Amino acid sequence: MAEHLFQFVIWCVALLVLMVLLWLVYGLLDHGLAKLSFEFLLSEPQNAGRDGGIISILVATLLILAVTLLAALPLGLASAVWLAEFTATHHFWARKVRLALDVMAGVPSIVFGLFGYAFFGIFMGMGFSVLSGGLTLACMILPVFIRTCEIGLRGVNNSWRQGAAALGMPKIKAVWYILLPAAMPAISAGLILGIGRATAETAALMFTSGYVDRMPESVMDSGRALSVHIYDLSMNVTGGDAAAQASALLLLMIIIVLNMLAYAVTDLWLGRRLSNDLA
Amino acid sequence: MFQPHADRIAKPLLAAAALVCAAVLVLIIAVIISGAWPALISQDLVVFITDASWYPLEGQFGMLSMLLASLLVMMIAILLAAPMGIICAIFIAYIAPVRVQKIYRFAIALLAGMPSVVLGLWGLTVLVPLVNKWSPPGLSLLLAGIVLAVMILPTVALTSLAAFKSLPIALQQAASALGVRQHVQILKVFIPAASAAILSGMLLAMARALGETMVVLMVAGNVVQFPSGLMEPVRTLTANIALEMAYATDQHRAALFVSGLLLTAMVLVMMSFAARIKGHNDYG
Repeated sequence: MAEHLFQFVIWCVALLVLMVLLWLVYGLLDHGLAKLSFEFLLSEPQNAGRDGGIISILVATLLILAVTLLAALPLGLASAVWLAEFTATHHFWARKVRLALDVMAGVPSIVFGLFGYAFFGIFMGMGFSVLSGGLTLACMILPVFIRTCEIGLRGVNNSWRQGAAALGMPKIKAVWYILLPAAMPAISAGLILGIGRATAETAALMFTSGYVDRMPESVMDSGRALSVHIYDLSMNVTGGDAAAQASALLLLMIIIVLNMLAYAVTDLWLGRRLSNDLA
Repeated sequence: MFQPHADRIAKPLLAAAALVCAAVLVLIIAVIISGAWPALISQDLVVFITDASWYPLEGQFGMLSMLLASLLVMMIAILLAAPMGIICAIFIAYIAPVRVQKIYRFAIALLAGMPSVVLGLWGLTVLVPLVNKWSPPGLSLLLAGIVLAVMILPTVALTSLAAFKSLPIALQQAASALGVRQHVQILKVFIPAASAAILSGMLLAMARALGETMVVLMVAGNVVQFPSGLMEPVRTLTANIALEMAYATDQHRAALFVSGLLLTAMVLVMMSFAARIKGHNDYG
């Protein structure tokens, strides 16, 4: 009896949570699907975003993302390689770097916004720009990216390192030609996670990349990210709801695709690790 | 030890990259403190958090009501999200059939990646009109807590799930060998055994709720007032920064940086507790 009651309660709560997710998705489809079309994606916003489309918003979002990745990818990879391959786990500075990254992962996004505004915007003189927003996001995603890459590198079977060392390969070459390719699924998963976080972020961009909804001509122009567009339309523009819902639906679709990619890539990685261990 | 030439060049470069990443944190803290400095020297820190009158134009920067609103919204969120998140983890780990398990995990992961601005929009356009019917204006402390709960539920669920999965298999074998029924196993063996990690996950979720901006900005109503009831509109510290940063100058702006500093400090205290409860970490 108690057994059945227990199972019943668990199933009910599990279904409830699933219903909330479906309700959320249904709400977006219901309000936004009618507006979402190729014409919406490919035309300029007009009348503060109420009419027209979101092409300049999409371009700005991609530019911000490009800046973020250009900054975070080399820096993050190099740090992860150093942490995983070139230092002992209990090396003094390695421990300090890990602590700093974990602390950084906890800093609220609005505080990243304050930091980006004061440092990149004012102190470095970038003002409200795609560059300033992208660099702020890069700081934000570094911790997660470095951690996943480090875990991925540590997961590579040790015999590969020994083989490379036995052949007299310098460590850095072993990293480049053997370990990084072997850890590629984990690195890609980390990258996709980072892209997802950066695309979803709003608060850190409001005072760094700004609100201007014109087509950005360079990275020094202000550009409005998709998430900021959704916020602005729903809160500050009366009658902007349909466009906000359509943009949110698009953002959700992007996140779903990124999630599925990350899932597939992680499965691949787990599969490959298993076959390595068996071999 | 012999080191090839290539490594002797590469190692300091890689180390420099890692130190740059760590230096970003120092930079963030330095920038926030220097932004807050003008307010910190003109007013005692205690006044900021014990005074409830926030009138930036008259130079009064008491944050008590917004601080309370932030904490209350967080408490509502975790009170809802903790039991449901743990139950979701139990569902995935012990109850669901294999196929359901995979789909359900994906759903939770999707919820975890949900942009907070999308959740806020859902709250604003779907939930607020519903609540508005029986308790206008609808934008309220309670609703912000509920939407935040949806946001942090995956954090609780995924950390609890990881905790259940890392329990030694012998635990289950011993319990089964003794003929303990499944629900008693879960309630009396697995949950107590995983409790430290679950608690640590809850603290992480609370830290996320406290630092979240978009959901509360869009759903809580943004009225600066002492939170006197669940259905009252309130403004949190994070929402306040987002709303006023655009036009704040001088002392007012410095006061916003102070609230940023305060938020960061609270979040970091929670996270360090979370790390301590969980025990092992690799920076010792």
